[in-house]
Amino acid sequence: MAAIKFLRKKWFYVLLLVLALALPFLITNRYHFQIVIMGCLFSISTLGLNLILGYTGQASLAHAGFFGIGAYGVALMAKSGISFWLALPLSALLTALIGFLIGLPTLRTRGSYFAIVTLCFGVIVSIVAGNWIDLTGGYTGVVGIPLPNPLSIPLAGEINFQSLVAQYYLVLAFLLFTLLVMHRLVYSLLGLSFMAIRNNEVLAGAVGINPFAGKILSFVVANFFAGLAGGIYASLMGSISPSTASFELTFSWLVYLLLGGVATLAGPILGAFAIPVLMEYLQSLVEYRLIIFGALLIAVIIYFPRGLMGGFSTLEERVRAFYGRRRGAKSAVAG
Amino acid sequence: MLPATPADGKCMHLFLQQVFNGVMLGSTYAIVALGLTLVFGILNVPNFAHGHLYMLGAYVSFFLMTLYGFGFWTALIASMVILALVGILIERVVYRPLRDKPHINSFISAVGALMILETSVIVFWGPQGRRIPNPYPGTVELLGITMTYQRLLVIMAAIVLIALLQIFIKKTTPGTTIEAVAQNREGAMLVGVNVNWVSSLTFAISTATAAAAACLVAPIFMISPTMGALLGMKAFVIVILGGLGSIPGAILGGYILGLLEAIGGGYLSAAYKDVYAFGALILILSIRPTGLFGREVS
Repeated sequence: MAAIKFLRKKWFYVLLLVLALALPFLITNRYHFQIVIMGCLFSISTLGLNLILGYTGQASLAHAGFFGIGAYGVALMAKSGISFWLALPLSALLTALIGFLIGLPTLRTRGSYFAIVTLCFGVIVSIVAGNWIDLTGGYTGVVGIPLPNPLSIPLAGEINFQSLVAQYYLVLAFLLFTLLVMHRLVYSLLGLSFMAIRNNEVLAGAVGINPFAGKILSFVVANFFAGLAGGIYASLMGSISPSTASFELTFSWLVYLLLGGVATLAGPILGAFAIPVLMEYLQSLVEYRLIIFGALLIAVIIYFPRGLMGGFSTLEERVRAFYGRRRGAKSAVAG
Repeated sequence: MLPATPADGKCMHLFLQQVFNGVMLGSTYAIVALGLTLVFGILNVPNFAHGHLYMLGAYVSFFLMTLYGFGFWTALIASMVILALVGILIERVVYRPLRDKPHINSFISAVGALMILETSVIVFWGPQGRRIPNPYPGTVELLGITMTYQRLLVIMAAIVLIALLQIFIKKTTPGTTIEAVAQNREGAMLVGVNVNWVSSLTFAISTATAAAAACLVAPIFMISPTMGALLGMKAFVIVILGGLGSIPGAILGGYILGLLEAIGGGYLSAAYKDVYAFGALILILSIRPTGLFGREVS
């Protein structure tokens, strides 16, 4: 009974999950598959950005910098022979630690100051990545990063990650993990306190929330996921360069997040898939891509600050209201 | 930056050379930061596209000179006028609808604006760097340092521009209305100042001065579509450190940053010269979250 009840309430999400699991049978084109894999990866990092920007209200523009730190961490560790499965958590934790250390001074600033100071940090990361040649290989970057090591699972045997299908399931698993963590976080008391800080920091402080601690925690978790996405990216792509940490990447995540719907869980994923797919259809406009992005960003922030998800929920409310009225009318007739 | 080789007994000359370059660099920073402090400090608009407007100014003057045969000075004036119009347009379309919204919304809108500006220049004029022909070739030797006329011109022009702007703000009626809005927006509205008009005027001045700075240094450095991003960030660093809305702070901060970069780049490491400014910002904000002379942002 419980299972049926669950299915009736959450059928849409179950359907989506089944579709996601069946996707390798639906897509045969390698190139399209690559886009889907990137969509999953960027969903993870955009979900991280959503936590600090959307739920906590602090516009961190160093997100690609932390993505880059995670990527370089995994790249260097994997090249020196450490297993991917150890390198990835280590690298994500290192990213989170650096996030903590950077958050301590920078989160004391507010509003645009925080945006600017984090942007400066992001630029420093890519300059250092380009110039610390002994460690990072300079502007040519790191090449020949090994794929994730094969996993041996009891009963199922050994899984290697040579094929795109295996790589897809890998990123999908990490995306679901990220979504799970975000869901638990956002709907907990802690998530509510993040939103309280976003809405009014002084008021949040007055009701007993420590705004600084909340902001630090949110920043650290956000950067952990940026580092995680970066680490997987490095291993799957096989090569990285300072442009992996460039602020242009942060800006495109910003577009995904705002178009998809800020401070929603589905919004970042919707944005991270919808925009690259849209861009594929507008292949002839590839040069004008950023002009379109920019114009969309301005239009969305002025006219639809809640993004696509906001549009959907408005639509849903209208439909509900419509049906509600009809039902109301029926019962009035019956009565 | 000029190649300077350290030789025996030339240390002092090398140092003076770096100071000269630093003052020249600082002159452009001072002008650009001055324009930004007007809109960020006074109008409270985080115009993150300021550096990109500077870049656009350089391109406009480049094409006026090469395609339409404008002279250096006429191109500079024309570029200032065109950029003033662009500034008014951007204020109206990108920032005014968000005036009463949280600060961060304007910032995101600004990111949209800078994406459009940078990509438009790449699409229409190509990503490669270009060089504006130098109107005043030739050098002068003084105290053992080589000064090109163009560099001297930048320093002089910056002083003239800053002085003119000061006179405008302090002595003319439109200038004093800007100051009135800066001191108290509601009060200014009560005595009949049209805030929308002041916003347009401030943006026009801000972008026109950025264009002037860009045209002045364009013959020295290459111009490229990406040159605006770093400069815009540096201008923000100067404005925050010098105090939001403080004109003397922006000027002084600009010169200090120019000297810091030239001397740091000459003696420490040229590859990391852009890191100094950003590192200094993080360091100083970690001690004083509102900037050196800062007041709280809303």
